[in-house]
Amino acid sequence: MKDKKIDLKDMSRTEREPLVHLEDGDLMPLPVPSADVVTERRWTPLSEQIREKYECILDDTCAVNVPRPQSKEEEEELVRKFLSGLDKLFSKENNWTFLLPLVLTMEHCAKCQTCSEACHIYEASGRNELYRPTFRSEIMRRLYYKYVKHGGLLSAWQHGDIEVNWPLVARLIELSYRCNLCRRCAQTCPIGADNGLVAHELRKLFSQEMGIAAKEIHDSGSMLQLKVGSSTGMNALVVKDNIEFIDEDMSEKTGIKVETPWDVEGADVLLIHNAGEILAWPENPGAFAVILNAAGIKWTLSSELAGYDSINYGVWYDDAQFARVALKHAEAARKLKVKKIVLGECGHAHKSLSVIADRVLDGEYNIPRESSMTLLHDIVMNGRIKLDPSRNDFPVTLHDPCNLVRLMGVVEPQREILRKICPKFREMEPHGVDNYCCGGGSGFAIMSPNNFSDWRFRVAGRKKMEQILNAFADCLDPSIPKYLCAPCSNCKGQFRDMLAYYDMWEKYRILYGGLVELIVNAMVDVKPGFIEWEWH
Amino acid sequence: MTAALYLFLYAMILVFAAGCAVRIYRYATAPMHLRWELYPVPHEEPHRVRHGGSYFEAPDWWTRPVHFNLAGELKFMIPEMIFLKGLWEFNRPMWRRSFPFHFGLYLLIGTAALAAVAAVLDLIAAGTSSTGLGWAIARLYTVTGLAGAILCVVGALGLLHRRLTDPKLRLYTTPGDIFNLVFFVVAVALLFAGFAFGGPDTPGPAAIVRGLVRFDTGLEIPATLAVGLALAGLLIAYIPMTHMSHFIAKWFTYHEIRWDDQPIARSRRLARKLAEQLAYRPTWAAAHVGADGSKTWADVATTNPAQGAKR
Repeated sequence: MKDKKIDLKDMSRTEREPLVHLEDGDLMPLPVPSADVVTERRWTPLSEQIREKYECILDDTCAVNVPRPQSKEEEEELVRKFLSGLDKLFSKENNWTFLLPLVLTMEHCAKCQTCSEACHIYEASGRNELYRPTFRSEIMRRLYYKYVKHGGLLSAWQHGDIEVNWPLVARLIELSYRCNLCRRCAQTCPIGADNGLVAHELRKLFSQEMGIAAKEIHDSGSMLQLKVGSSTGMNALVVKDNIEFIDEDMSEKTGIKVETPWDVEGADVLLIHNAGEILAWPENPGAFAVILNAAGIKWTLSSELAGYDSINYGVWYDDAQFARVALKHAEAARKLKVKKIVLGECGHAHKSLSVIADRVLDGEYNIPRESSMTLLHDIVMNGRIKLDPSRNDFPVTLHDPCNLVRLMGVVEPQREILRKICPKFREMEPHGVDNYCCGGGSGFAIMSPNNFSDWRFRVAGRKKMEQILNAFADCLDPSIPKYLCAPCSNCKGQFRDMLAYYDMWEKYRILYGGLVELIVNAMVDVKPGFIEWEWH
Repeated sequence: MTAALYLFLYAMILVFAAGCAVRIYRYATAPMHLRWELYPVPHEEPHRVRHGGSYFEAPDWWTRPVHFNLAGELKFMIPEMIFLKGLWEFNRPMWRRSFPFHFGLYLLIGTAALAAVAAVLDLIAAGTSSTGLGWAIARLYTVTGLAGAILCVVGALGLLHRRLTDPKLRLYTTPGDIFNLVFFVVAVALLFAGFAFGGPDTPGPAAIVRGLVRFDTGLEIPATLAVGLALAGLLIAYIPMTHMSHFIAKWFTYHEIRWDDQPIARSRRLARKLAEQLAYRPTWAAAHVGADGSKTWADVATTNPAQGAKR
């Protein structure tokens, strides 16, 4: 399949066939061949029913499930909407939020392909042309010059031509969901063009103009959060109930009475977790409570709408949803008159509220936001809790969440903690701001429609699998338990599913978890064995 | 003939200046965008730049003084501008072609600047072109001009070869991209040939600049050199109309996007802009956005489509 070349024009092909098909042999090999499950585990093909019902004409999978139009007229109407949205993407009234970065990327990419080698998806796919960061950008660029700038023949000669039709739009919808938005490509661009941004802006166009978005991040994501307070579906009563249960469990487990404060007016810290932690990894919010109480921090959780769930999926696909959720978070802090908001272990929540929302929140809504990495660093490095590093005497490596590190610059606090409390800490290569995405970024970690997980683990997460195996290369023996520290809820979601997919626990005893779990595991005042070496 | 060439060159310089001004104006007056920085940001404190960290690493960062490390920015910018450091790090095969091309252009720009200095000196004190400083400048621009032209043509041919033969570039190459490189090769080669092989009476770069400044129509410019100058003028005017004006774009992509980490709480200018932009009236058509053209961004952001109520 590798030899089959695709062309930009293929995006407009009217045959209802995927443009590419990946064979397992095409994929980037893993450093430990026995770790690769591609021979044991088959890629689930899309069913005929799904292909018949939805527009799955890009590759082997389907992320968005766009229903097939029933008539030519419907197709034309969708194309018209697309072009109308494209126009809006380049107007200041509609897209002041990202207009300048987008225009600069459209007008100045030199097509040198420097970005391609930085892209983990392109590399892992065996350098399939479809996944090259510039492939979707070049389509977008040609559309921009033709339909937004209304360039004629001269423009087509200079910038390249393109014909827009419904198959092209349908394929672009899917293609905008084949990028993790990690922006590693942008980091290497000598000119400063940003191909990750192009995927982001395309998603916005589809959502804000056509009402098309991945169900998991819109209907079950931002909409549910705005409705009940959390994308987990938990309302304030349920979340309080769950936290109470976690407190009891933590008290028993640690031997220290744990109590989580709610809605404390004037608290120094409003802690906002990704609420997914409460359901999937309760030991994480539990560990936060243990640490903050032990360090004497005056902190609180909020039961306001969205005040107990830091997620903001709008950051991946929709500016309106993004701004709405950011305002809810700020509102929760404003009502409680807290001194600062501290974000729990969730990368995209960090970047959303601390960085991107900074220019949405003004005046009384611009309440200081701080990373939990910074607060934890202060607690650990200044001896505010007693720690015994020998309790963490097992190999530990650190995954750098893109949103926290490359896109926000919080790099050292978490690794300084690990160097202090984990004697066998080792870095992945590359790490820090040069890290690779876990493969679950931009919403993929919560998306599993059809066979999308196969693509997510075999392609998007493959580079990270390589890094994990390399980091533990000297201790792969399953008799040695190993800990992959991922201080990000979405990354953990990806690791939970991907490590299971590759059978990493059974084969090599690789466990994943957050940073606070390691801190509590090393706390002298806590009963030993906080980290339970079992797969969950 | 010479007068027409002068007029043409003046016109091309004006088009270049206007083209650059329009582009700069478009980018500089674009609305404030949301923060979208990428780390490392080199104006951070030096100990943070080393690992790519930001002020977010400091506890209660908003209580600390603003730090702007100009030396850090210069340390990044100078090697990037002169040696194309990013390309060297991330795309060495392309750097081997792109660096000579760009460095050649820098030398040619330097040659023009030196020729202008020599011309001005000669205009101020006639006869300095053959003695002392004038003589030294003429020798220097001969060297920079020669080296610049060779590097530029070799680099452009290398880029052209790669663009036509490397499948990963070929797919994305338009006729315009090929034309641009050929344009550089032809214009610079003709300019070079015009100066180098025009014979003993061919005016040098300083004489051309002097003639241009004085509008000296008595200056005889051989045909090859005249065509080379005209093409170079055309090329200069053409650049701002294309993606090759990335010397302008890079200021914005780096300073206004990648490195723009200014918190709004510390900038009244940004706060004013936000207030202004929140009054824009979007027209996005999706139902959940609820933008009907009469609502402002502030209205949209404070509406909850899942509950149908404002905050």
